[in-house]
Parts: sequence; structure tokens; C-alpha cells
Amino acid sequence: MRYGEIGFDLEVNLSRGSIDRVETDPRDTRLYLGGLGTNAKIMWDRVPAETEAFSEDNLLIFGTGLLCGTGAPGCNRTIVSTVSPQTKLMAYSMMGGFWAPELKYAGYDKVIISGKSDQLVYLWIHNDKVELRDASHLKGMGATEASEAIRKELKDPDIQVAAIGLAGENRVFYASIEQGRSSASRGGIGAVMGDKGLKAVAVRGSKDINVADPARYMELCNDVLKYIKFREDHPIKGLPAIHQVLGSPQEMAIVDEEWHTTSFMWGNSRTRRKDFWTHEIEEKWRETQENVRTRLISCHNCPMKCGATISVPGLPTYMMKCYTKLTYTMAAYSDLDFGFRIAQKATEYGVDGYSAPQAMAFGLELLEAGILTEEDFPGMPDDSEGRFFYLLEKIVRREGIGEYLADGVYWAARRIGKGAEKFDHNTIKKHEQLPLKLGMLNPVYFLMYSTGEKINITQIEGQFPQEPLATREAREEFVEDWFQVPDAKFKKYYVDWERRGENSNPYYPTVEASCEIVDWMEKMHYIDDAVGMCAGLSSFPLKPPYHIHNYPEFVSAATGIAMDKAELWKAATRNRTLMRALNVRRGMRSADDKPPANHWKNRFPELEKQLLEAYYKLKGFNDQGIPTKEALHELELDYVAEEFEQKGIYGHG
Amino acid sequence: MAKVKKIVKSITIDADKCNGCKACEVICSSWHASPRYSSNNPARSRIRIVRLPLKDIYLPVYAGEYTEAECTGRDKYIIDGKEYNECDFCRASCPSRKLFKEPDSGLPLKCDMCEETPALEKPKCVEWCLAEALIYVEREEEVDEDEQPKLGDIEIGLGSMIDKYGLQPVLDTVARMAKP
Repeated sequence: MRYGEIGFDLEVNLSRGSIDRVETDPRDTRLYLGGLGTNAKIMWDRVPAETEAFSEDNLLIFGTGLLCGTGAPGCNRTIVSTVSPQTKLMAYSMMGGFWAPELKYAGYDKVIISGKSDQLVYLWIHNDKVELRDASHLKGMGATEASEAIRKELKDPDIQVAAIGLAGENRVFYASIEQGRSSASRGGIGAVMGDKGLKAVAVRGSKDINVADPARYMELCNDVLKYIKFREDHPIKGLPAIHQVLGSPQEMAIVDEEWHTTSFMWGNSRTRRKDFWTHEIEEKWRETQENVRTRLISCHNCPMKCGATISVPGLPTYMMKCYTKLTYTMAAYSDLDFGFRIAQKATEYGVDGYSAPQAMAFGLELLEAGILTEEDFPGMPDDSEGRFFYLLEKIVRREGIGEYLADGVYWAARRIGKGAEKFDHNTIKKHEQLPLKLGMLNPVYFLMYSTGEKINITQIEGQFPQEPLATREAREEFVEDWFQVPDAKFKKYYVDWERRGENSNPYYPTVEASCEIVDWMEKMHYIDDAVGMCAGLSSFPLKPPYHIHNYPEFVSAATGIAMDKAELWKAATRNRTLMRALNVRRGMRSADDKPPANHWKNRFPELEKQLLEAYYKLKGFNDQGIPTKEALHELELDYVAEEFEQKGIYGHG
Repeated sequence: MAKVKKIVKSITIDADKCNGCKACEVICSSWHASPRYSSNNPARSRIRIVRLPLKDIYLPVYAGEYTEAECTGRDKYIIDGKEYNECDFCRASCPSRKLFKEPDSGLPLKCDMCEETPALEKPKCVEWCLAEALIYVEREEEVDEDEQPKLGDIEIGLGSMIDKYGLQPVLDTVARMAKP
């Protein structure tokens, strides 16, 4: 028997209509843990570098984390991996909710989809019974709507469904996979699902998930719950409201959005409104939010309440989590009420809440600049809200200008031409980023933006504060109970960090310290993504209940595989390196490792060069950002080095 | 009839506070696993959440008595405009549904308040419900002395097997299994 994991994957080939239950190699668990790690290994082995996103040979992998569905609170993530149509690199996007534990209760660690179906189908997994079913009656349906229809059809309200909406069916490059209160939205994975002719994957399971050392494992789980309770009672002083507590940013519970609305940019990441947040706005937004929010809700086995059920009068009920409430609001220079209204439609259509509003705002900027004309927007209303609704409809159908905007800002700019490229100012590796434009370069963030394989800052940041508290005394107090640090030196880096003066950005944290800080943050995300832990209880917030000191024991007690800090750190390094290798094999090089040119007003080319070099060195990458033969050997990834050599990737350096 | 003191254990369910996370189902099935905590499986849990997010229905229900026959008439509740399904409030392990039965054997499940020596401070589901939707209450009551012998777990189980398959097949099976 296997512990923690199930030990079986489900292989579904949609071209042939075949379904197989395949035992996995337990040696891979020790090396890559599970989740993103084993997804990446499968992508490496089976998806050649030349494979396009919309190819029969592309895989769409729904992976559960190693500890998903065990007693570990908050461990419920589904990690979806495929080749992205937008970045053309390996995409991995994750969702919480209930799907991953349900898949393990049904008896599988992953569902690996290959091939393409001519007809729209959905996959129904009920323990040992697995079948492909006709989905022609679900065509064009919203993601939530289709999920409800499937539950009704199969007569079980507890079925967990991951589904695409119209955007996925029409291969919008930022289409999401929706799952009730959660979604895997980044990288256009919903478009790949649509291309494969797969509307949904429905799961129901009633089998056991076993752990190797039950008594110890439960102790660890209980300690985590106790610490969550402690953190609930002890928010971190001196920080913006949404940074004080655990979980995904608590934006469904908290109305105070001063930090987002005054620090982040409005429109197509254009305007900072430092004076936006007033008492009047707060009162108005409180009323809006409390009127539509029916209940705060959780994911599987998690006490945090990061999501909410939203019922806007006159619209179907839907579920929402964190920042989407503001992305449309801010892109359209509008109001929270509009944000809740359009998010209902966007959720049904299944689009990414970061990319979609930016692509829309970008389109409207081109109109304003005269690069596009009124003729490109026939019948578009005059008001900003009306325009966003109009564009959403066009994009998910790929109609008119929507055909262009559906590819995202980068590709749309190049297809439209006529100077539109200049308006693509907020993408990294062809992928839309959070709307932030700041003054002084932050060396830690420079590295994370430049090198993160997820190409999304929230999936690499965390653990280390975004800026120093104002006084040394406050910082000293902050580090007092900061036991999550892997080494005491991180406390010193933080205490010595100043807002102004010698020990401030960009030269402090120093190059060396910046690399170490990034390394730590990144490692925690890679562990989370492999074990299936929600970043909201681990790598994302400050002072989380899961950290490098208790994680090795979690893995050992669950799986029975001996794991200490060094070994777990190494497994996370291996996964990080394999992700880099996958993208290097697909053509990514150091020239791509850069933030948007205007992300910071004050740039320091010489320092940035040093930072990148030092980071590469720490990671075992050469100056092209390619993992070296020696580093790969050290990580038992010799097969990667061999292929790099065969393909001449090391070539001329 | 003689009076005796009895501890009544109850769980107050504040359904408005339930956030639907199923931690109660996870810890219940884990506590009752053998060896303890060795596995978890909500299908074996003695508490289940009737969870219909889009209707905003979150209703934790505990497994009660096994019943051999389903109801002849059924009720449908509408509370605060929310329509519940016919059996949602029912605690019975009943032939009309899969709920509160071991998924492999079909044997009935029943909440035992995590009875244990020494006693737990509160049942595990209550301990794990940080949303405080489940609140444990213990009170002392004076009741008539109970002269009925209590059925043990094995008797309850056998009773349900007899109801399901008839007495003779169960006797035959026990006899066959008893052979060395």
C-alpha cells in the first residue's frame, strides 16, 4: 500500500476514447514529491519541446498534491499543467476547492488527458467506474451552470466538477478552469481543455486515503490548527489590514481596500490613485459588499474563509475569492458594484481575473490612441462599465476585436501593429501581470519578477515582508516570534532593512541576501505546489503555520519516506530546476528573465545584472539561465543534462 | 421507579456559521479509522454536511439510528426561502439513501460522540470546527433507571445484517467464518 499518495494515475486519451488506471513509480515520489513536481516530470518525459499548446500531443494534467486529502488542514490544491498557448512555455495553474481530495478519495493522484475529442465530452470518475460522456447539451454553458447540470444529471450534489465556460471552448488564451469557489486561471489552461473537446471533469469518491504514521501525523495537524487559531487572535501589527492575517488575502471578509486601491494601478496598469480611498468610499463599498455577500466559505478541510458566495440581485449566484473583486473595478475605473456584477459573467465564461480586465483596458487604450477606431467596436456603449461588458462578450466569442484581444495583450499588440506594441507594457514572457508600477527598484522583487517560472508574482512572493516596518524597534518586535525562518540570518536581514538611507532599496538587502531571500520564498512555494498545500496557509502570508521546520515531518509521517530538511529542500530545488529545464527546452533564455520595463521608475542596470548573475549562480544556472550539467547531476536530473547536450542547448553559451 | 443521574451530551449546530469545509468529516472518519487516524474518508464519517453552495445550504447532520425501512411519508422544509431536500434533516442510516453507511460493507454508522476512556474534552468534530458551527454541550439530567439492556455495536451491526439478508444467511456466514 502507498501512503499519503494513492499510487495510481488515470490516463485518458480523448482521440482513442481510452481510459487506463496506471500504477506510478514510488521512486518519483521521493524525488519530485507529487503535484507540480510529478506533473513536471511527466511533461518532461512525454511532451516534446516542439509540441504546440493546441496539439493532440500536448498533455493536460490534473495533479493532486502529495498530502491532498489527508488530515493536513488546507491541503486541497489541484495543480493543472500543460503547454500554455499564450507563453508557449509550461503553464501550471492551481486551484483550491474540493476537487483534488475528491479525486484521491476516488482512488487516483492525477488525471492525465491526452489527444482530442471530436465531440464535446465530459469525464465522469466515480471510484473505479470512469467514463467519457457526451457533453453536447452543455456546449456554450457557463462553467458553474454546466457543473450544476452535471450534478443534476448524475443525481449527486456532492460531485466535484472542474469545468470550462465559453472562453475555454473558444480557446481564449486566458481561459480558466472553474471549480465552484476556486479556479485555475493562469496561462490559458482552460483553452487547452477546450481545444481537447473536454467540457468538464466530474469526480466522486468514497475510498480511504492512508497515512504511514497516524499518531504523529495527527499531532502535526493539530499543531497547525492551534497555530492558525493563534494567528487569528494575533494579527501582525503595523501592516495593511490584508497583510496581517493568514489565508489568501481576506478580501471577501475585509472591506478596507486602501492598500490595493491606492498602491495598484487603474486602467491598463496606468494610473495610481493615491487619494482614492476615502471614508465615503469605504462606507459605500461596505454596503455593496455586505449586500451581495451571502456567506464566507472555505475550501476542503480548511478553517480559513477566503471565498464568498455572492448574490447580486437579478444575477445568478456565484462564488468568488480575493482579488477578482477589484481587477475589473480598477481596470474600468469603476466601482465595486460593477466589479461584483461583471465577475459573475466572467466566472461563468471562465476567464482569468488578472489577464481579462487588462486585455479589455488595453483595447480601449488603443481606441483612445487612434490605433483602433470606432469601426473596430461596432455597437459598443459609451460608458466604461458597458464597454467592459461589451468586450467580455466579444472576447469569449472571439468576435470582431475580441478575436484579437482573446490572445492577450502581447499577441494582440503584435497582430494589431501600428504602434500597439508600445501599449503592451505590463507583461512578462507574454503574460499579463498584476497592475503595479512603482518608484524604487526592490532587489528581491526584481529577482522574483524576472525569474519566477509561474510568471506570476503571487506564486513566488511571501514569507519575507514586502517592505520594512518604519522603526528598528518595530522590526525587532516583528522578528521575535518569527520561527518560520530557515536560518537566523533572515531576521538580521529584516531588522537591518530601512525605508531610507544606506540600508534601503535598491542596494539593501544586498545582492547575496536578496538571492537567499528569494531562494527561501521560492522553495516554500515549490514545496506547497508539490504537496498540494494552499499558499494561503504556507508560502504566501507572513508567519504561516506550515514552514520548513514542520514540513519534512509532515511528508515523512504521511508517506513513510524518510525526509529531513535537507532532503526536502533538495526536492524543492529539483522541482524548481526541472521547471526551468522544461522552459529552457522550449526556448526560454536569460534575455526573457526581466520585469516589465516600466515596473520601477528607478532602474539600476549594473545592479540588476549582478543580482541576476548571483541568482543564477546560487541556482546552478549558467549565464544563459540554463541549469548546468553539474547542478543537474547533483539533483539526479542527469537525463535533463543529456538531452540538453544532445540538442546542443549548452552550445555556445 | 428509581431515579438516576445521566449525562446528556449534545452538539448545538449553528448552521449559519458553517463554512462547508468538511473538516468535521475528515477528522470523524480519521478518528474512527482503525488503527486510529490511519486513514480518512468522508464517506465513512458519522457527520456529513448537506452542502449546496449556490442555494446557500450548509447543514451539518449527525448519524443517528439505523432504520430498516424508509419513511412512508416525507417532508420538505423551506426555511428562509431555502428549499431543503426531503431527507436533509434526517439522521437515520436508512435504505432510502447511501448516507451513514460504511461504503464497503453497507453497515450502518452512528455518531458515538467520540466516547473514549479517558473521556475527550469534546468530540473531535467540535474540536476541529474553528468556525464554531459545532458547539459541544454537556448537561446532567435525572432520569428513570433504564432497565433495558443496551445493544452493543456487534448486536446493532448483526441486527442490520439480519434485516438486510435475513437470519439464516447471516447464521450460515457466521458458522462458516467460525470454522478454523
